Amino acid sequence: MKTNAILLGAGLALIAGAAAAEEVRVYNWSDYIDEELLTRFEAETGIDLIYDVFDSNELLETKMLAGGSGYDVVVPSGTFLQRQITAGAFQPLDKDKLPNIANMWDVVSSRTAQYDPSNAYSINYMWGTTGIGVNVGKVQELLGEDAPIDSWALVFDPANMEKLSQCGVHFLDAPAEMIPAALKYIGEDPDSHDPDVIAKAEAVYAAVRPYIAKFHSSEYIEALANGEICVAVGWSGDILQARDRAAEAENGNEIAYHAPKEGAQMWFDQMAIPVDAPNPDGAHVFLNFIMDAQNMAAASNYVYYANGNLASQAFLEEDVIGDPAIYPDAATLDNLFTTTPFDAKIQRVVTRLWTTIKSGT
Amino acid sequence: MRRIALIALPYLWLLALFFVPFLIVLKISLSDTALAIPPYAPTLDLSEGWAGIRDWWSGLDFENYVFLTTDSLYWKAYLSSLKIAVISTAITLLVGYPIAYGMSRARDEWRPTLLMLVILPFWTSFLIRVYAWKAILAQEGFLNQVLIGLGVISEPLTILNTNTAVYIGIVYTYLPFMVLPLYAALEKLDDSLLEAAEDLGCTRMKAFWLITIPLSMQGIVAGSFLVFIPVMGEFVIPTLLGGSDTLMIGKVLWEEFFSNRDWPVASAVAIVLLAILIFPIVLFLKNEEKQWESDT
Repeated sequence: MKTNAILLGAGLALIAGAAAAEEVRVYNWSDYIDEELLTRFEAETGIDLIYDVFDSNELLETKMLAGGSGYDVVVPSGTFLQRQITAGAFQPLDKDKLPNIANMWDVVSSRTAQYDPSNAYSINYMWGTTGIGVNVGKVQELLGEDAPIDSWALVFDPANMEKLSQCGVHFLDAPAEMIPAALKYIGEDPDSHDPDVIAKAEAVYAAVRPYIAKFHSSEYIEALANGEICVAVGWSGDILQARDRAAEAENGNEIAYHAPKEGAQMWFDQMAIPVDAPNPDGAHVFLNFIMDAQNMAAASNYVYYANGNLASQAFLEEDVIGDPAIYPDAATLDNLFTTTPFDAKIQRVVTRLWTTIKSGT
Repeated sequence: MRRIALIALPYLWLLALFFVPFLIVLKISLSDTALAIPPYAPTLDLSEGWAGIRDWWSGLDFENYVFLTTDSLYWKAYLSSLKIAVISTAITLLVGYPIAYGMSRARDEWRPTLLMLVILPFWTSFLIRVYAWKAILAQEGFLNQVLIGLGVISEPLTILNTNTAVYIGIVYTYLPFMVLPLYAALEKLDDSLLEAAEDLGCTRMKAFWLITIPLSMQGIVAGSFLVFIPVMGEFVIPTLLGGSDTLMIGKVLWEEFFSNRDWPVASAVAIVLLAILIFPIVLFLKNEEKQWESDT
């Protein structure tokens, strides 16, 4: 028994010794990767991978601005990335260490250059849209066959929401996306930085607030899949994951995603290396691994988000590359909008408005 | 010399773990936000000597505190936290007193086991226990299934994501902090006093009010403060169990810190919360002191 304990101790020491050799710490969004890729990375490179997850840009940004997060790779979205670059939170990429960068897709990188000029600090991981997920059966039962499931009117028209509240509606807890959506619905500029225009979103939400069960940015995947709710305003791939979970469970819930026809927000999640990353070399190895065409395709096939990697498209499954909810056609693409970051003063207006909307205070 | 060292030790402890962090937070609350690491300015630059210190000092002001008075959100959140703290302290007392009383009246050989049972929940992580309440209170949760199964209700009750769930979570979580000081006070109660009261014609009810309650008053005060003070700043329970309309200062603090990236205003909110809590904390310490004196 005692020898066993000693052997075990020695074994643990060996493992600890190996871990001390090299490790890469990655901080990514929840439900955002095929976990087999993580094991494959460790097997191919011999680097230990520590993989943590978050579900809000705000949380990540606070860690970045506090400094000393201890992460080597993080994944902020476009506007947040831009602000954090200004704050000096990231180090420029060493593109010599990233041969796979040749795989990237100019359609996406030309758009991400809006946030990260000449893509000096980041590579695109995934991109998607913010739209509406519905449980088709339940919604049609309440609103009839011609329910406007492809329009913002579904969730911003109180007449619809009053009925839908019977089966449950969740919204993202992400003001940077939910306020532009409301502005788009009433025909305003969704990227407005004018406090008077932004304030118009309040009336839109006030009318439907009583019918919204919850504002949350990750619970809706499971809730939509198991039928706890019938409508979620959320991120495209998350809702498609809910669709697949429901299909696997064979629980009779048919989930569909639509980027509303009035226009939906297009966003980009970018991988970047914090300025104080403990292992920037390892971080580059990870980024290069992710940009491998087959690896990137495996990630997209798993999470149902489009990526910014042109070479990976050859390895994408038909229900990913062929699904306009994931890879929109040219007409839909024209209808998508992007936003730019708020300065501190407008940010406060937006957060305050969001608190008012959520709590009624 | 050794005496001084012994006295100095608790003060050093206080200095390192309370006073220094307090000064840091106070300093940030007087700063302005900046898009930098860390996200506030000015930061002290000692390399520039006196000029650096002077610049740093002149950059501090009270405008964040003025700002707190301009928006009704903050005092509403303080008041709402106060209300939730008062109500949940009262419920915890009402639930905890009979438990502590029963424990103190139990046969001697049972008491260690009962005490153990009160402490037992601490063996599981607080977070997991709060998550367990989510599963119990959810629409399709355990509670609704049982109630529907028994035919008590026909439609599931909406408890999760409401203030009711917050109260349930707080009372459950903080109950041991109420029961333990109450039990400590009630256990010391001299039975002969109750016998004397009954001999002198008191009913049992009257004896309870005239003797048991006053003699356990220190336990009541200690337990109430141990619940009230942390509940005021509670963040986890309202976040996990409460709805979007549950307004508590802990959540407002989170928003300032994370959504607005405004560390200075977040620090000002925290300093004001501390100022509000100083009064009950001092009362609590006075009570402890009195108890200590009466014990020795």
